[in-house]
Amino acid sequence: MTTQKPITIAVMALGGQGGGTLADWLIEVAERSGYFVQGTSVQGVAQRTGATIYYIELFPEAAARAAGKDPVLALMPVPGNVDLVVAAELMEAGRAMIRGLVTPDRTALIASSHRIYAISEKSAMGDGRADGAQILEAAAAQARTTLLFDMEEIARQKGSVISAVLFGAIAGSGALPFARRVYEDVINADSRARESNLAAFAAGYENAQAVSPATPQDATPAVEAASHAGRALLEKAAKLLPPEVLGIAAHGLRKVVDYQDIAYGEDYLSRLGGIAATDRQFGGARKGWELTREAARHLALWMTFEDVFRVADLKTRGARFDRVREEVRAAPGQIVGVSEFMHPRVEEFCDALPAGLGRFVLHRAGLRAIFGRLFGRGRRVTTTSLGGFLTLFIVARLGRFRRRSLRFQNEAAAIDAWLSTAAEAAAKNYDLAVELVACQRLVKGYGDTHARGMRNFETLMTAYRRLIEDRDAVAKMKRLRQAALSDEEGAALKRELGVIGLA
Amino acid sequence: MAERSFAKEVQQLRIGAGAEFRGEGILAVTKALLQAGVSYVGGYQGSPISHLMDVLADAREIMEELGIHFESSASEAAAGAMLAASVNYPLRGAVTWKSTVGTNVASDALANVASGGVKGGAVIIVGEDYGEGSSIMQERTHAFAMKSQMWLLDPRPNLTSIVNMVEKAFELSEASNTPVMLELRVRACHVYGRFTAKDNVRPAFGLKDAMENPVRDVNRIVLPPANYLHEHEKIDQRWPAAVDFIKKHQLNEFLGGATGDVGIIVQGGLYNTLIRALEMRGHADSFGEGKIPIYVLNVTYPLIDGEVVGFCADKKAVLLVEEGQPEFIEHELNTILRRADLPTRIVGKEVLPRAGEYTGQAMIDGFDKFAQKYAPHLAGDRPQRAPAVANTPDLSKVVPPRPAGLCTGCPERPVFTAMRLVEKELGKHHVSCDIGCHLFSILPPFNIGNTTMGYGLGWSGASALNDPTAKKRTISMMGDGGFWHNGLTSGVGNAVFNKTDNLLVVVDNNYSAATGGQDILSSRAANKSRSTNHPIARAIRNIGVDWLKVVRTYDLQTMRDTLKQALTTGEKGPKVIVAESECMLNKQRRVKPQIAKRIKSGARVVKERFGVDADTCTGDHSCIRLSGCPSLTIRDNPDPLRRDPVAAVNNDCVGCGHCGETAHAAVLCPSFYRADIVFNPTWWDRVRAKVRGGIIGWLQRQADARRARYAV
Repeated sequence: MTTQKPITIAVMALGGQGGGTLADWLIEVAERSGYFVQGTSVQGVAQRTGATIYYIELFPEAAARAAGKDPVLALMPVPGNVDLVVAAELMEAGRAMIRGLVTPDRTALIASSHRIYAISEKSAMGDGRADGAQILEAAAAQARTTLLFDMEEIARQKGSVISAVLFGAIAGSGALPFARRVYEDVINADSRARESNLAAFAAGYENAQAVSPATPQDATPAVEAASHAGRALLEKAAKLLPPEVLGIAAHGLRKVVDYQDIAYGEDYLSRLGGIAATDRQFGGARKGWELTREAARHLALWMTFEDVFRVADLKTRGARFDRVREEVRAAPGQIVGVSEFMHPRVEEFCDALPAGLGRFVLHRAGLRAIFGRLFGRGRRVTTTSLGGFLTLFIVARLGRFRRRSLRFQNEAAAIDAWLSTAAEAAAKNYDLAVELVACQRLVKGYGDTHARGMRNFETLMTAYRRLIEDRDAVAKMKRLRQAALSDEEGAALKRELGVIGLA
Repeated sequence: MAERSFAKEVQQLRIGAGAEFRGEGILAVTKALLQAGVSYVGGYQGSPISHLMDVLADAREIMEELGIHFESSASEAAAGAMLAASVNYPLRGAVTWKSTVGTNVASDALANVASGGVKGGAVIIVGEDYGEGSSIMQERTHAFAMKSQMWLLDPRPNLTSIVNMVEKAFELSEASNTPVMLELRVRACHVYGRFTAKDNVRPAFGLKDAMENPVRDVNRIVLPPANYLHEHEKIDQRWPAAVDFIKKHQLNEFLGGATGDVGIIVQGGLYNTLIRALEMRGHADSFGEGKIPIYVLNVTYPLIDGEVVGFCADKKAVLLVEEGQPEFIEHELNTILRRADLPTRIVGKEVLPRAGEYTGQAMIDGFDKFAQKYAPHLAGDRPQRAPAVANTPDLSKVVPPRPAGLCTGCPERPVFTAMRLVEKELGKHHVSCDIGCHLFSILPPFNIGNTTMGYGLGWSGASALNDPTAKKRTISMMGDGGFWHNGLTSGVGNAVFNKTDNLLVVVDNNYSAATGGQDILSSRAANKSRSTNHPIARAIRNIGVDWLKVVRTYDLQTMRDTLKQALTTGEKGPKVIVAESECMLNKQRRVKPQIAKRIKSGARVVKERFGVDADTCTGDHSCIRLSGCPSLTIRDNPDPLRRDPVAAVNNDCVGCGHCGETAHAAVLCPSFYRADIVFNPTWWDRVRAKVRGGIIGWLQRQADARRARYAV
């Protein structure tokens, strides 16, 4: 009996990622290097965006010739029997580990660390993303060797595809007994995109030989004021707030001032100062100023609610025009037209009117119907045309009168009510107050989405009043908040309210 | 034109005796058919044999040279009936489809051809869609072989064995006057390997000879009294003839050790996995050599009593590796041994899983159990599984599932977005689904659909739900593939005749898209060898549907309004909406090179793509829940204050416009934008851009300067 064993390779990819091309290239490299090759795949319905697996076995041709027969090679990977696992995406590396294909005694794991989000992650109403750190942790423990880096980014830089970078990474890792030249010959023999594939291959190869683990970036970079007036505000904040929260408060200030003006920044500081005082009074120092920190974030987000002035302003900025060009990869100097899909309804129109007038129109069915017809359908505004741009630009400039608008007055009242509720809660239950502040996260979006968020927010505020004496109030509020973010119809929230006896 | 072209690969079909062939399993099967001298080939596409149909289509020229007629059959039933050509004439023919679903459809024809028997070799290549990657109910083709008494081949999954068995299948068919099925599992269909070729054979007796010299034999027709005769023929003549042939030509193999008190009987297709399992337990090497005797059933029906008795006679126990259920072979083996009065124990499902695919791990576990109980000297003391690594995260809770979904820019997406919007207004409706890409509607994010009853059966699946007093109508789905397969008659005809008051949505995307983009009757492309451009709407109108609307799918508001109208109109009778737009996968394949060429030639081209403004996106993801387009994804929120990721459109975007339409129709948010990227602008484009850019830029600089005066 021979002791010669095949080299076994599993390639995990998603439909459309070029896993088949990579498998074909690997087969050709092996054949050119004197190996007997068998490869197969399972695609099925997965060829449309799902996960696919390619499996290849290599056996030295010389050993087969010496024995005078063909080897019997397997058509599927067996746990504990895989030499190389290649994954074109981070979670697919995780899937390979779940299947037991990665074992410490023999498996080299080569994977791209980038993410292609699954539908469950994308469609969550908040942040549904899976925790990639756990995949990295498991990989370090389960594989003989690991090689993980963002190959999608390299492919993008080289104008190529991820399979070429993976191919380079496999070559550079030395996981297979083949020379670099053979890999390059195979790419050269393929008529498609030779140049960019070779460049991506080389980048993958070099990265494999000198890969350094990525360091996570600081989520909140420091703020330095760009103007005299801005600096004065920051100095005022430093006097008013605990130093531990200054970083996030500075971001809040920047956003609020950018939204309106310096005076609005003063408003922000005075509201936040009030919360900080409450925080100090009820032992915030011991709690790491959690209440002020959360308030700094959520207050800024609420105060910069998205009304028509805000949208018009953001859509017409020069920096935004540049960003769009970059996003769509326009060449320097290339003409790019941009049009917006907008659907202001009669409600948004009235919101922008002076409060009295806005209310007047909104509460008169006849008037409302007339304006409703005017705003009854979506419109496509071409921001790069003079007419479209000027319309939005003028609306944006009208934002200086925002304080008089119906929306502003409604929001200001709601903000103050929310903050005073939180302050009141802090006196009884500090952590519950922090939870209340965080409920602002429910309020987002436009139109119906915003209305739904506001409805859920109010439901939670009502719930709070009945939970204030409850010993598990914090946990219950947290559960309610998660429930509010788990489906659009509010079924989970209703269920959860029932569970804790508030239905 | 199919999604994948084999134009280059099919050139290998010409190689002659002694040359080495390298390629995919299905390509090897095609070569085997040519080597066997077939006269006609037909079939219906579907994984895992879609590529076989594509290869055959791309090999048309070679087949014409050999005088072979190739048909893209309308259904598996049509393909099965094709074998009738081998009943009266010495014509070899082969048909192929996805099984068991295709075999279900073809059963009527197969039962007839199997009853009367054949003169020329008739072979059915079935792609056994079972186990990982399968999209259908988990059943066995084996049952069909047994019920109609057709022989079932299950060759070892290497190209040499597969090709050899295809050729032997024709000989066996002729020797026993019986159609023969050859089963290839998913991985075997796609396996890349090599074999030594033979010359292609042009049949001595051609189709033309048959057509010009018709032969009639009333004893071959399934009608009394011949139908009674057939049953006796099967038992008294055809079966013994098959057994003789199989024995004589040693279609089954005795591998491994010569003697031993235990052995293994395995279906040929599972041989390689078995060897790997034995190798990992130290009982085989990489060439399959080892001490344990192995009886390989390359023919799984009928079993050869003499061979079985011979193999089992000196053994205490035999491990039977038979995948799927019911365990027909196990039952039959026990019967054979009982009749021969042998005490040998057949150990099958006792140690191997009763249901599910036989993976390497399943075989190792099964072998270990077998060895411990019946052959302790083979058991060893190895761990049952690969050692688990302690203290690592439980990834099964981390890694998200990846359900199949519609492609980027898919024209079917707007149909389901519209249905979700209608659902918000009119409430939920009963939705009867069909087979095709549109069936992905049952998965997230749409979660639409109650049942699916088979190809083309979408509307029949809702036929019982036809109470005229009900306040809601049912919605049925059907693709163009299913429509022409049998939906026109069993769906639309049935609904007209039985006076339904419900709604059918036919998704017409110009291709049989889910199976790989093959052309069908209503395809818009000009196809040299097929007759296309037969509109679905014309067929529906002519069969008697009066309420018929044709809607462009991407026009979301019209789509939504038409659905609403169909569900609420007072008009009685069947209602059909034909939702049409070209399959984006195929469209891109078609237009991408054209656009690149136009840009290169200097012509003015405007490319559209969509994007999301991270500034105005608040991270609610309603847009994703209503669309699910793969290019509509999420990324980190650039705002340090916000925690929820923002929506983003990646560079796979093909500019179909659905996300913008959705934002409009559902009144979502103002974050979507469309960018029109101009290539090779005219002088007017340039002047206009310059003027606009100048004025807009000046205004933007003023606004920037004002902000800078007070910026934090």
